[in-house]
Amino acid sequence: MHAPPPGLQAPGQPATVNSSAGPIDPFHGFSQFLEWFGDLGIFFWRVVRAAVTPPFEFREFFRQLDEIGSKSLPLVALAGAATGIVLSLEARYSLTRFGAKSLLPAAIVFSVIHEMGPIITGLVVSGRVGAGIGAELASMKVTEQIDAIEASAVNPYRLLAATRILACILMLPLLTLAADACGLLTGWAAQALAEPLSLHQFITSGFKGADFNDFLPPTFKTAVFGLIIGLIACFQGMRTQGGAAGVGRAATSSVVLSSLFVILADVVLVKLILIFFP
Amino acid sequence: MDTIEQVGSRTLTPQGQAKDDGGTPALAVKDLRKSFGNQKVLNGVSLTVARGETLAVLGRSGTGKSVMLRIIIGLEQPDSGSVWIHGEGIAGLALDQMGEIRKKMGFLFQHAALYDSMTVEQNVAFPLEHHKREMSESERHDRVQALLAEVGMEGDLAKMPSDISGGMQKRVGLARALALEPDILLLDEPTAGLDPISSGEIDDLVLRLQEEHQMASVVVTHDLHSAKTIANRLALLNEGNVVIDGTFEDLQKSDIEFVREFLKHS
Repeated sequence: MHAPPPGLQAPGQPATVNSSAGPIDPFHGFSQFLEWFGDLGIFFWRVVRAAVTPPFEFREFFRQLDEIGSKSLPLVALAGAATGIVLSLEARYSLTRFGAKSLLPAAIVFSVIHEMGPIITGLVVSGRVGAGIGAELASMKVTEQIDAIEASAVNPYRLLAATRILACILMLPLLTLAADACGLLTGWAAQALAEPLSLHQFITSGFKGADFNDFLPPTFKTAVFGLIIGLIACFQGMRTQGGAAGVGRAATSSVVLSSLFVILADVVLVKLILIFFP
Repeated sequence: MDTIEQVGSRTLTPQGQAKDDGGTPALAVKDLRKSFGNQKVLNGVSLTVARGETLAVLGRSGTGKSVMLRIIIGLEQPDSGSVWIHGEGIAGLALDQMGEIRKKMGFLFQHAALYDSMTVEQNVAFPLEHHKREMSESERHDRVQALLAEVGMEGDLAKMPSDISGGMQKRVGLARALALEPDILLLDEPTAGLDPISSGEIDDLVLRLQEEHQMASVVVTHDLHSAKTIANRLALLNEGNVVIDGTFEDLQKSDIEFVREFLKHS
């Protein structure tokens, strides 16, 4: 049985003494954190080893491409479109105030393709796909279906984890393209409603001075988001314990942790992109 | 690969009684120990099962019977001790190497553990799709139908696991366990939670399959009547140890207090 986390003692209980297990270890939370990372590393290694050795699970992989990619498309497109509108309205207000209205198309294009499209896609997919994978695998785990796969001499790391993680890695950049396109289209539409501006003018003006370095690295960084979302969701799902409550915890922690790590990874990746693709 | 040492073996006499023959048993566990935290569940269990023999493992709840089965098929790792399948030790095998050993074993889970997103047919076809890739679609379909007919479920191919009863789920689980024609069958509480008629049907089915396929089987159960019906030999576990290992008559003749107590309440 695990000791309760620090800070969850019953009211009135001395903060430094655990009645059943002696003094509280102040490093307990930290050691659990390190243990989680260690387990995640072992899990990742097993998935990599399973993914590069035959037999390959193509059918399940293509099923996951559809599940993760096609079925996330409407949500990602909607989120991208909403972002484009909001960005257009906010940028118009700010740039008009500072007398830089002519920069509006470029501001929208650069904001969408550099940051808003990728991060919105990452967060939307971590919510939809992270929760889905976490809950599905956790449910399979608590009902012994993953054990049954293993007992049937099928490697669950290959069948369940590698296929989902690879599908996430492949689909995130493609979904990002969709989010970018929708964001730019609605960004233009919002501008056009305020004052006449053709799509051609908007695109020409927006992409003036832009090159592939502005477009490719931010789009492909979402493959890393895909790795994070798939890896964490599969890991949290396949290590679940404890019935329906465990399934709920796995789904929640998959979303929370994958969103958190997507945001943290974005910080690092933006810095690296600025260094290597100035 | 390790080879088996000092683990006795048995074969069946024409009367169905096991006897030692000094050869290699289909399945052997030696000095198996396993703890969860402070709780010792297996405390040095050694057992062997010969080809064609059925061993029933009995005991109170929490005495490590199911854990032993999970260790045999490699779903749990023992703290110490060893498991031998046809004379090959399985300790330290990688997942894919263990997969080769697992192809020789069929496992029926206590709650059947059917894949809930697949139909009955897809559940039984699952091991064939992954290990008999040379089979055509129609050959696989025929094989699945034959397996389901063997367990009396041939009319339910398109049903989902949630649409069939617990007894039917166990039948489908059994068909899935037999799909790769294993020579070792592990059954975890095959009659638990079933009404007496369904239990009797499962017992008859296991007995018939046993006679037809001549597998080495280990059946974990609480049900003494079921154990008596389907097993050649019974092993009674208490506090992680084998208290007695013999025929039902050996259990009846035993003076061991726990054995007498167990028989009295069964």
